[in-house]
Amino acid sequence: MNLLAIETSTEACSVALLRGEMLHERSELAPRRHAELVLPMAEAVLAEAGLARTQLDGIAFGRGPGAFTGVRLAVSVAQGLALALDLPVVAVSSLEALALETPDDDAAILAVIDARMGEVYAGAYRRTRDAALLRALAGESVGTADALALPAAAAWNVVGTGWDAYRDALAARLPAPPRWAEAERYPQARHVARLAAPRLAAGQGVPAEQALPVYLRDKVALTLAEQPRA
Amino acid sequence: MSDRTLSKPVLGIESSCDETGVAVYAAGRGLLAHRLYSQVRLHAAYGGVVPELASRDHVRKLLPLARETLAAAGVGLRELGGVAYTAGPGLVGALLVGAACARTLAWALEVPAIGVHHMEGHLLAPLLEPDPPAPPFVALLVSGGHSMLVHVAGIGRYRLLGDTLDDAAGEAFDKTAKLMGLPYPGGPALARLAEQGRAGVYRFARPMTDRPGLDFSFSGLKTQVLLAWQASDRSEQTRADIARAFEEAIVETLTIKCRRALAATGAHTLVIAGGVGANRRLREQLAEAGAREGFRACFPRLEFCTDNGAMIALAGALRLAAGQHADAAIRVFPRWELASLPAVAA
Repeated sequence: MNLLAIETSTEACSVALLRGEMLHERSELAPRRHAELVLPMAEAVLAEAGLARTQLDGIAFGRGPGAFTGVRLAVSVAQGLALALDLPVVAVSSLEALALETPDDDAAILAVIDARMGEVYAGAYRRTRDAALLRALAGESVGTADALALPAAAAWNVVGTGWDAYRDALAARLPAPPRWAEAERYPQARHVARLAAPRLAAGQGVPAEQALPVYLRDKVALTLAEQPRA
Repeated sequence: MSDRTLSKPVLGIESSCDETGVAVYAAGRGLLAHRLYSQVRLHAAYGGVVPELASRDHVRKLLPLARETLAAAGVGLRELGGVAYTAGPGLVGALLVGAACARTLAWALEVPAIGVHHMEGHLLAPLLEPDPPAPPFVALLVSGGHSMLVHVAGIGRYRLLGDTLDDAAGEAFDKTAKLMGLPYPGGPALARLAEQGRAGVYRFARPMTDRPGLDFSFSGLKTQVLLAWQASDRSEQTRADIARAFEEAIVETLTIKCRRALAATGAHTLVIAGGVGANRRLREQLAEAGAREGFRACFPRLEFCTDNGAMIALAGALRLAAGQHADAAIRVFPRWELASLPAVAA
């Protein structure tokens, strides 16, 4: 199976090609240059694997949460690829992809992306020993770090830019200091590909138009009725 | 490139503001299909376009609309000779949705792609009509975001003759409508109201017509309307009377500047484009002036005055046929000078 994955929801721009067990990838920390880089990266991984575009079997993308524009870039690229090549699409949580940046142990995982405006995008997971790789311990959320509700777990690994921005508030939500914590980690396309592969194999890919973003933050403007009277 | 390649259908995608437009155009065969989805009702609740919501809606609507348009054109994806998309100017997030999807589509199909200047799309829209105007001509581009006069010597050979110093003409319509309590988007409603207004009850200035030059300024007009409205009995008839006087002031100002631009350039053809180009009084006045003074006034059909994919497919097809195309980087230009575009050899 040849699966192309795109992840552009945070400061990292990455594209990965999973060809059976072989992984080809390009990844760069390049804020504001994702749109320029993403197709040349796709071209590079295909060339490296010696594959034509028409030999792809599926498209995966990081569907957010993350920077709105970055999330939409991944979705739009996935839509364009899937429409042109008539391929199924698998939407993967960018928080799940981030969670796979932690050490492979039995600790619970807190993935946190700085959501700006004093908030974090958060997800809690545990690694599994099956193809799914991860199990969610709670639903994804957006909110202030000090209001974050975490499921009970003795040991935590914490990953993502949220740890840099709200370290103290997040630490206060944990039962003990994290076993491992790293702020300078980002969702990567290789993890999007690994998470998507079993789903694609299980027939869970969807048509291109159903490839849609998950923003979590959905209130972005005030209606006339909500606006203060001038 | 062979003639066969040149005449392959081009898919055009427009997403620069609050309308998603898709079209298929083929040289020699013309427009094969076009579809438009307007977000106007989405933004009405907010009293104006919310850029983030516009981007989100483009993502939802673009692909179904593209499939529908291709089906209506009877064109398969593998039959496309290229893909054109609006690369600017416009809302950066909204532009990026269309550009990313379109550029990727072309990349995956291994056909050329081209980023089109939105205003070039507008000024070439009359070429979608039978008996299209031939350059050189003067184009009046009037919309919610623009008011400009452009000399068109050929495709891509554009010289800015005049621009607005403040509000665009369409913006002046919308803001004036809001002042008098009309709901968003008020411009078209204001124009409809003007039809009920009586001539000569109110009169507003024709801004910047008392001095030479081709620039516009419409923000002062808005203030005049506000003062008149506040001092009035605020009845329905008064609102209509003011709307009529306001529309007359805008239309006469635009007409005066168009005549000046034609005289200054020696052109005999005037092309009108952009959303305000759908205004009935403007179309009548310019057509009358043309008949009287011997110039030809060309308007696109009403649906191609406002934003649409057809004009993007057309402009893109012309540039692709000339061998121009974009590299694999997805690029948008929220601000982009029309005059900076490369020429297309005739």
